[in-house]
Amino acid sequence: MDMNEIKEIFFQECEEQLAELESGLLKLNDGDRDPETVNAVFRAVHSIKGGAGAFGLDDLVAFAHVFETTLDCVRSNKLEPNQDVLKVMLKSADVLADLTNAARDGGYVDESRSRALVKELEALANGEVPVASAEAPKAQPKPAVAAPTDDSGFQPIPFNFDGFDEDETPADAGQVYEISFKPRRDLYSKGNEAALLLRDLSRIGEMSINCDLESLPDLDKLDPEESYVSWMISLRTTRSEDEIRAVFEFAEWDCDLEVRAAEASPSGEELPMVPVPFDLSILNDDASAEAPAPSPTRDAAETPAAAAETATEASKMAAAAARVERKESAAATAAAAAASNTAAAAAGQTIRVDLDRVDRLINLVGELVINQAMLSQSVIENDTTGTSSINMGLEELQQLTREIQDSVMAIRAQPVKPVFQRMSRIVREVADMVGKSIRLVTEGENTEVDKTVIDKLAEPLTHMIRNAVDHGIETPEKREAAGKDPEGTIKLTAKHRSGRIVIELVDDGAGINRERVRQKAIDNDLIAADANLTDEEIDNLIFAPGFSTADKISDISGRGVGMDVVKRSIQALGGRISISSRPGQGSTFTMSLPLTLAVLDGMVVTVAGQTLVVPLTAIVETLQPEAAAVHSFGANQRLISIRNSFCPLVDVGRILNFRSTQANPVEGVALLVESEGGGQRALMVDAIQGQRQVVIKSLEANYTHVPGIAAATILGDGRVALILDVDAVVAASRGQSLKPEMSLAATG
Amino acid sequence: MKKKVLTVDDSRTIRNMLLVTLNNAGFETFQAEDGVEGLEVLEGANPDVIVTDINMPRLDGFGFIEGVRRNEKYRAVPILVLTTESDAEKKNRARQAGATGWIVKPFDPAKLIDAIERVTA
Repeated sequence: MDMNEIKEIFFQECEEQLAELESGLLKLNDGDRDPETVNAVFRAVHSIKGGAGAFGLDDLVAFAHVFETTLDCVRSNKLEPNQDVLKVMLKSADVLADLTNAARDGGYVDESRSRALVKELEALANGEVPVASAEAPKAQPKPAVAAPTDDSGFQPIPFNFDGFDEDETPADAGQVYEISFKPRRDLYSKGNEAALLLRDLSRIGEMSINCDLESLPDLDKLDPEESYVSWMISLRTTRSEDEIRAVFEFAEWDCDLEVRAAEASPSGEELPMVPVPFDLSILNDDASAEAPAPSPTRDAAETPAAAAETATEASKMAAAAARVERKESAAATAAAAAASNTAAAAAGQTIRVDLDRVDRLINLVGELVINQAMLSQSVIENDTTGTSSINMGLEELQQLTREIQDSVMAIRAQPVKPVFQRMSRIVREVADMVGKSIRLVTEGENTEVDKTVIDKLAEPLTHMIRNAVDHGIETPEKREAAGKDPEGTIKLTAKHRSGRIVIELVDDGAGINRERVRQKAIDNDLIAADANLTDEEIDNLIFAPGFSTADKISDISGRGVGMDVVKRSIQALGGRISISSRPGQGSTFTMSLPLTLAVLDGMVVTVAGQTLVVPLTAIVETLQPEAAAVHSFGANQRLISIRNSFCPLVDVGRILNFRSTQANPVEGVALLVESEGGGQRALMVDAIQGQRQVVIKSLEANYTHVPGIAAATILGDGRVALILDVDAVVAASRGQSLKPEMSLAATG
Repeated sequence: MKKKVLTVDDSRTIRNMLLVTLNNAGFETFQAEDGVEGLEVLEGANPDVIVTDINMPRLDGFGFIEGVRRNEKYRAVPILVLTTESDAEKKNRARQAGATGWIVKPFDPAKLIDAIERVTA
C-alpha cells in the first residue's frame, strides 16, 4: 500500500464522515440532545481534519479546525445548538464537503462563502450571537483561520532529534547545565522510565550523572511502586535549555525538574559533584539489532558505573510493581470487555467488497437461473408424468436458485439515505437563494434499493427538489397571506410497495396553477386551444417535452432541463412518475421504481413467430378483443372500446416490422399498457405464453441499441427473447416511427 | 525480536498510515478501531508500546488508557496518545488516565517513530 492508496481511502472515509456529520447535525436540528450524537458529529470533523493534516491539505485542515473548535463548544455545553447555530453548522458541513471535493479533484469552492462561515463559526465559538449570513465580509487576503488562541496558554513543544546519529558534539563547545531530576511515583505508573529519559538526555550532549539514594529505605520497608531515587546531572551541550526540557516533555508533570546553566566553566571537572559516566548498554542489549532508532552504541563504550546500575535497579522495581496482583480490577475489566462484546455484535458487522466482484456474482447467478430453467424444461420434455425423482429434485433446485438470486440482489441493495441526505443540502441552498424558509422532512431513508437505481436517482430527484423549492413553495409573505405557516415543508418519503420502491415528494406549496399550465401548453403548441382535458391530464402536461412554467428561466431550476428530462430519466430506470396537485395545498410527485435492474418480471408473448417479453409493470390488463369492440379510424388506425372509452390499438408486429400488414385483432390478445403522459394503448400480440422472471441482458453491451427494444434475455429453452420497450413502441404508434434502418426486419 | 506496537484509531486513513509507517520502520503492528477493540486485541498482542487516538466511538482514548492501566499485566506498557488537540486540558486528562506521552498530529512518520523510541528501550 502506498500513500496514494491511503489518500484514496482517506477520501472514501471523508465521504462517510460527511454523511455522518450531516445526519448528526440534522438530528440535532430535530431536537436530539444525545451527547453521543454531538460526539459523533465532532468525531466526523475531527477525523477529516486529522487525515487532511497528514496529506498537507491545508485549506481543509484550516476550515475543519475552526469548525471543530465551535463543535467542541457544543460538546462541552458552552454553546447551545439552537436552530441559528445549526444553520451555520449545516452550511459549514456543506463547505467542508466542497473543500473535500476540491482537495480530491479540484472542484469549485466558493471562497467568500467559506471565509464568511469561518467568521460565523469563530463568532459562535466566542459566544457571540449568530448574525445573518448576508453580511459576508469583503474578500480578505487570507482566511483568518490560524489556530485560535489556547485559553490555557499551552504551547506544544516541538521536539527535534536532528543530529542524533552524528558523532559530533565537540567537547570544547557548548554550555554546561546542571539538571536535578526527581521522578515521582506517577512517572513510573504512566509507563515512563527514568533510565530512558536519561538515555535521551545523554544523546544531546556529554553527560555525567550522580545518583541520590538517600531516601531509599531498607528492603523490608520498600514499596516497590514508590520512587526513591533521584539524579543530579551535569550536561555539556550546544542545545538550549528548552531543548533539554523537551527531553522531559512526557514526564515534566510527574517529576521535580530543575535545569540551570552552570557558571561558565571550561570543563566538567570543576563541577561540585563527582561525575559518573552514564552507561546505556544495559538498555540496548536486545533492542540494538532490530530497533530502527539511531544506534546509540557510542555511549556504550564507556565504563559502566554503580550509579547506572542503581538506576536500572530502580526501574526494575517499577517494572516488578507492575506485576502486583490485582484480581478485583482484572475481573472488572473482563466484565467490561464482555459487555462491550455484545454491544459490538448488536452494532452489525460489515465488510467492504469491490462492486465489480458483486456484479460478477450477480451475473453468474443470472446464468445459473437461466441454466436451471433450461434444465427444468428439458427434463419436463422427457418426463411427461412429472413424478420422477429428478423432477422433484429440480423443483428444489429451482427454489434454491431463486433464493440465491434474491440474496445476491440484496448485496447490491443499499438504503436511499445518502441520496436523501444530499437533498437536504439542496433545499437549504436553494431556499437561501430564493429567500424562502423551507424544512425538509424525510421518511423511510433506510428503504433499500439497488445501488444502480440509487446512483441514477440523485439527478432527477435533485431537479425535482429544486423545482419544488423554486416553484412549488410560495414566499413567506404569500404563505402568511394565505394563512399558512411561513415556513414551507417538503416531505420526501421512500417505501416498498409490491416489489417496487415508491418515492414520494410532497410540498405544501400553492399546487399547480392549471390555468397557467393550460395556457402555456396552448402557447407552446402542445395541446389544441379547445382541447378538453381533465385536471390530471393538465397536471401531467408539465412532463411534456419543452414545457416550462417559469416565465423566466431561473438560475435555480432552469438550467435548460425541464420535468420532461426528469420523467425520461425515471423511465430509463424502468420507473414511472406521476403528479397530483391540489390548488393552494401543494403537489405530490410519486415515483415508482424497480428494486433492481438485473431481473424483470415479464409477460412472455408471441408476435409473428418471435418471442418477446413485455415488462409486467407496464401492463394494466390483458383482454381478448371481440370483433364488435374494434373500430377503424382513418386509413390505418384502429381503436378498441373498453368499458365505454376508446383506446388506440397498436400492432406490435407491424411497429417492429415483423410483418407488413396489420394482424387481425380478433385473433390475438390485447395488452392494455400505460405509457408516457398517462395515456393508455392496447398492444396487439398474437398469443401469451406465460409470465416469468427474466434476467436482463443488455443489448447495448452485447450488440447495439435497437429502437423499440429495451434489452434481451435468454429463455429456458436457450432461445434469446427481446424485451419490449413499451414507451418507444407507443411513441412509434403516434407516428414517430422507429428508425427504419434500425428496424428488426434484419434480425427478425 | 521485533518490537510490537498496538495502534488504536477509528480513522481508516490513520490506521493505514500507522500500519505502513510502523511496518516500514520494522515494528510488528497490531491494530484496533476503538477502545473496546483495543482492550480485546491487547491480550493477544502483548505490545511493547501502544499508540492510541482520543476521539473514538464506543470507548474513547481516555477510557482505553484507563482500561490498560487497570490490567495488571499491561499497566506498565508505555502509551502514546495520537492527538490533534494541542490543548493542555486534553493532554492533562490523557495523563491523568495514564498516558505516557503524546504525538501531535498532523501525522508525521518521523515524529511517530521518534516518540516510540523515546518511551521504549
